[in-house]
Amino acid sequence: MSHGGFFEVPSDLQNTWWGLVSWQLQLTLVPVLCGLVIALPIALLCRRFGWIYPPVLGVATVFYAVPSLALFVFLIDWFGESDLTVEIPLTLYTLVVLVPAIVDGMRSVSAETRAAAEAMGFGTLRRYVQVELPIAVPAVFAGLRVATVSSVSLVSVGMLIGNEGALGNLLSDALNYHRPLLAWDAVISIAVIGVLLDALLVLARRLLTPWARKATAK
Amino acid sequence: MIVIDAVTKRYPDGTTAVDRLTLEIPDGSITVLVGLSGCGKTTTLRMINRMVEPTEGRILLDGADVREAPVNALRRSMGYVIQHAGLFPHRTVIDNIATVPRLLGWDKHRARERARELMERVGLDASFAGRYPYQLSGGQQQRVGVARALAADPPVLLMDEPFSAVDPIVRKGLQDELLRIQADLGKTVVFVTHDIDEAIKLGDMVAVLREGGRLAQYAPPARLLSAPADAFVEDFLGVDRGIRHLSFFGTEGLELTAEPIVTEDATAEQVRAATLPEIPYVLVTDAEGRPRGWADALDRATGGDGELLPYGHAFTVGRDSLRAALDAAVLSPTGWAVAVDEQGRAVGVAAQEAVAAAIRSAHTAGVLR
Ligand SMILES: Nc1ncnc2c1ncn2[C@@H]1O[C@H](COP(=O)(O)OP(=O)(O)OP(=O)(O)O)[C@@H](O)[C@H]1O
Ligand SMILES: [Mg+2]
Repeated sequence: MSHGGFFEVPSDLQNTWWGLVSWQLQLTLVPVLCGLVIALPIALLCRRFGWIYPPVLGVATVFYAVPSLALFVFLIDWFGESDLTVEIPLTLYTLVVLVPAIVDGMRSVSAETRAAAEAMGFGTLRRYVQVELPIAVPAVFAGLRVATVSSVSLVSVGMLIGNEGALGNLLSDALNYHRPLLAWDAVISIAVIGVLLDALLVLARRLLTPWARKATAK
Repeated sequence: MIVIDAVTKRYPDGTTAVDRLTLEIPDGSITVLVGLSGCGKTTTLRMINRMVEPTEGRILLDGADVREAPVNALRRSMGYVIQHAGLFPHRTVIDNIATVPRLLGWDKHRARERARELMERVGLDASFAGRYPYQLSGGQQQRVGVARALAADPPVLLMDEPFSAVDPIVRKGLQDELLRIQADLGKTVVFVTHDIDEAIKLGDMVAVLREGGRLAQYAPPARLLSAPADAFVEDFLGVDRGIRHLSFFGTEGLELTAEPIVTEDATAEQVRAATLPEIPYVLVTDAEGRPRGWADALDRATGGDGELLPYGHAFTVGRDSLRAALDAAVLSPTGWAVAVDEQGRAVGVAAQEAVAAAIRSAHTAGVLR
């Protein structure tokens, strides 16, 4: 068995480098997508009933303040050393970013635009969905970018609960086998994935919002 | 007809925005609400489509209280043009215009077809259809705003300072366009502005509001100018209301002098024949009869071709008002105004004295255009 290859993954991980990459992507993107799906109705409720917004933010922030490791350990009792144990906390974390991104984005729609919608006979829900939400898309994407990049790096913490950290698992092997190259591999790969995902989101935002003036696009 | 019946609006913070306002807004004409900033114009307009609910009083649309209709249906039956256009930034021009038809359940194709019609009506080139609002000038955005309000062919059009954010020349164009559209469509228009000139130009009826949302005067513009109800209205109209009032008198009765007009190639003999004792000038026209300028009669008659004096501007007999005629006479260095027909051919000249006489007799006759 050779010990030199940069992309050579120790056999104890029972995976290839590409396998770890796609696992990393899954552990990153599933929470972000689930977070978005959960954040949307919560945000709509917060927009409709303004008074629930501060408590919702408070609860989300409390979750965020709990160290991720503690949540992992806690969830092992239910889900064992599985992907879900990693994905659930990461989903909760994305909510802290996404809910305010959506709510504040919707609230920032100009008073004139909102009055125009009202004057034309949009009902409240229709106004949220057809006017405010589309106009909030750049703000939502700004939130998605933060959520995605932080998820990419948080995934590696999963290595601490029995090799559930995708590329992060290379870090523990780097320690165990005294192979610093593995640590470099993990760090560089994760960083590259983060940058690429971020670039994809920027591209998607541009395609989805042809109406946004270049100068003001967030 | 829209009847505003003893309506008062007090906001929760205690501000009385509108105070016992009563107005009858006739169908098929433009009624302008004018007044200083904060006098309750927007509030009044928004009570008509129930974006604001009155504290007291009621508003009737064709005899029925507006509170009886479902609110969104009511709003879809009234076009609303908002200050700064308030276009949806995420929708193209054509989809902005198609908004209300889509809300009313028209299919996309028909709604866009209708939107295209309206673009033409408000003078927007079809090539703008796919643009987004940020790609339009302020004046173009206002046109889209007007088209959007007209899209579902509502009988009532509410306009809140629609032209206040554009420069004076574009504003004049938009005002003329509105009058042209109104002549075709005959909507019941309620138009809010703080510009008294705009109010007088556009309004069939003008309601002047004073601070605290109280009605100062409700009258046709000519009556406003000739008989302001009190010092507030008089002050609001400004010091030149006499001159502005002249725009309601036609030039049909103005006495024109046809003689002192010669073509460029007139002989000395012809110039002598055209010269009148009371005016030392002759008006020189080109071969088609369009005025070019004034010439010294003596000089022309002796074969000289000295430089022509500019005549300022001409007025069109029958179409322009006495205000235009007076302005032309004041502007002309000879003191005589040049009258032209619809084709731009000089048909006569009028002395300042003749304009003054016409004004005097118009006042005594009380004939309004
Ligand atoms: N939502 C509100 N709450 C409290 N006060 C309000 C509200 N909206 C308007 N006002 C007050 O009511 C008064 C009339 O406001 P309104 O907007 O109708 O004036 P306006 O004539 O349209 O003025 P402008 O020419 O500046 O648009 C003002 O004193 C304003 O401050
Ligand atoms: Mg206003």
